[in-house]
Amino acid sequence: MKIIVAIKQVPSRDSQLRIDTSGRWIDEGGLSYEINEPDAYALEEALQLKEKHGGEVIALCAGPARAAQTIREALAKGADRAIHVETREDVSGWDTLAMAKLLAAAVKSESADLILTGLQSDDLGYGQTGVVMAELMGVCHSTIIMQVDVNSGAIRVKRELEDGWFQHIDMPLPAVLTIQSGINKLRYATLMGIKKAKTKELKRVTPEELGVAPSATASIEKLFAPQKSKQTQILEGDAKTVAAKLVEKLKFEARVL
Amino acid sequence: MSGILVVLEQRGGQWNRMSWETLAAGQELGTSLGQTVECAIAGDGIGSLGSEAAAKSCGKVWAVEHDLLKDYTADGYTAAIEALIRKTGPSIVLFPHSYQVRDFAPKLATRFSQTLVSDVIAMHADAGSPRFIRQLFQGKLSAEVRVSGNGPVFASIQAGAWRADQGAPAAASGSVESFRPDLDASKIRQKPEAPFREAARAVDLTAAEIIVSVGRGIKEQENIAMVEELAKALGGELAASRPICDAGWLPMERQVGSSGQTVAPKVYFALGISGAIQHLVGMKGSKTIVAINKDPEAPIFEVADYGIVGDLFEVVPALTEEVKKARR
Repeated sequence: MKIIVAIKQVPSRDSQLRIDTSGRWIDEGGLSYEINEPDAYALEEALQLKEKHGGEVIALCAGPARAAQTIREALAKGADRAIHVETREDVSGWDTLAMAKLLAAAVKSESADLILTGLQSDDLGYGQTGVVMAELMGVCHSTIIMQVDVNSGAIRVKRELEDGWFQHIDMPLPAVLTIQSGINKLRYATLMGIKKAKTKELKRVTPEELGVAPSATASIEKLFAPQKSKQTQILEGDAKTVAAKLVEKLKFEARVL
Repeated sequence: MSGILVVLEQRGGQWNRMSWETLAAGQELGTSLGQTVECAIAGDGIGSLGSEAAAKSCGKVWAVEHDLLKDYTADGYTAAIEALIRKTGPSIVLFPHSYQVRDFAPKLATRFSQTLVSDVIAMHADAGSPRFIRQLFQGKLSAEVRVSGNGPVFASIQAGAWRADQGAPAAASGSVESFRPDLDASKIRQKPEAPFREAARAVDLTAAEIIVSVGRGIKEQENIAMVEELAKALGGELAASRPICDAGWLPMERQVGSSGQTVAPKVYFALGISGAIQHLVGMKGSKTIVAINKDPEAPIFEVADYGIVGDLFEVVPALTEEVKKARR
């Protein structure tokens, strides 16, 4: 089975974000990056499916040169090879549709059986790339998947619904699935894996080579700090002081204790 | 192209209540843009739901009916709503940001060469066209998004961003018009089975008056005991954000958020929870919210009544002591 995993590199979870001078994006100077967490679960699911059914796992990532680090990590964890669609630093000209066109173009000739990706990105959070790729490639899809069973040319997935409900869905291959976090237990890269990663194929292509131009029908006009929906009282002092203040407030002001 | 189409949602004849919030959002936008609002609902044998929607919306409701729409499928719903949009030509199409919509609306928007603006928390009109506010970076920043392109504008509305009763009161009941899309069974590739629940929930967080909820900031599974002790001192229920349940540190049934339970206790303690949108939608209705987090920029502070910027591992034990003292 040939499995493609679309992964994204995003600012590390604990990043302090500042808005840049254009007012439309963040200042990327000094930020550190990591794999988008839901994509890490998609990668793990691909590796487990390969271990069970044989085949090949190909990591696919669109992003500037720095994304190579995240791709190497995917190779170290066990992906067999990778495709890096190297974009310019500034990705603001690309919306979800354009990005999905780019990813679809990069893997068209692979004729993969399965394409997995995380259900959403921790940066833009549109939660659509996998679905749009499926539509562009003319293949079947399902989203927010908690289990994947493969049997002879078809799959059966467990899809998460709201409020603790689930549903099984059967569908033919090829297919695109967006994977829910928590579907599996993530592995760490081994020393051997890290060593091997250096010898694995990492193909670089550019949007120009793929014939996909940036476009954005949905564009960010400005970024801003979220508006507070409540007036928060920030309690200050050492641990004992703030704890005492909080209990006092909850008892006599909010009257909830 | 004109008018706003609000796509309502039902499953097995039951409304998704987010439908009415989306309708309220659509009516508000319709008023500011001077556009009419119509609704659509897809399914099979949904006539009575259509009438109910017409009574609430005071505009036209399209009952999109076909036996192939009895159970939701991405392929079936995409084709059906696509056919309706091509027939009625709205300039804006709104959906509730539900799991079902996340499954098919991006596909639908792609057919019109558009990007769906998903998970919208606010909207306003700017020179006759809509601007959408949505969150980025797990709620750390907000963005104003503008849509260009030739197709209709597609957007989905976050749960709880509008109130269902915010909509214009129905002056006169609307009408229901039936629409039967031309669907081909062979083009519906997903074969869904009936939805199910894993097991009866042992924990009903919705009934709890006090909830002590823990997130990534707890760092290690062993540290959960510290939070459990606070919950015990308060006589409250222990809960968690998704990553804690994903890691198996607490059972899934203790999860608060869009994929877990939606709660509104008297007091909600968010300990080491950054406050991603998926968590906030499950708890922002709480009467009083207390947030303890080391990051002063964490979005959880946007909904908190009381905030403590500090180290969980110092503040939580101190708080447990104070609570015990106060309860003696």
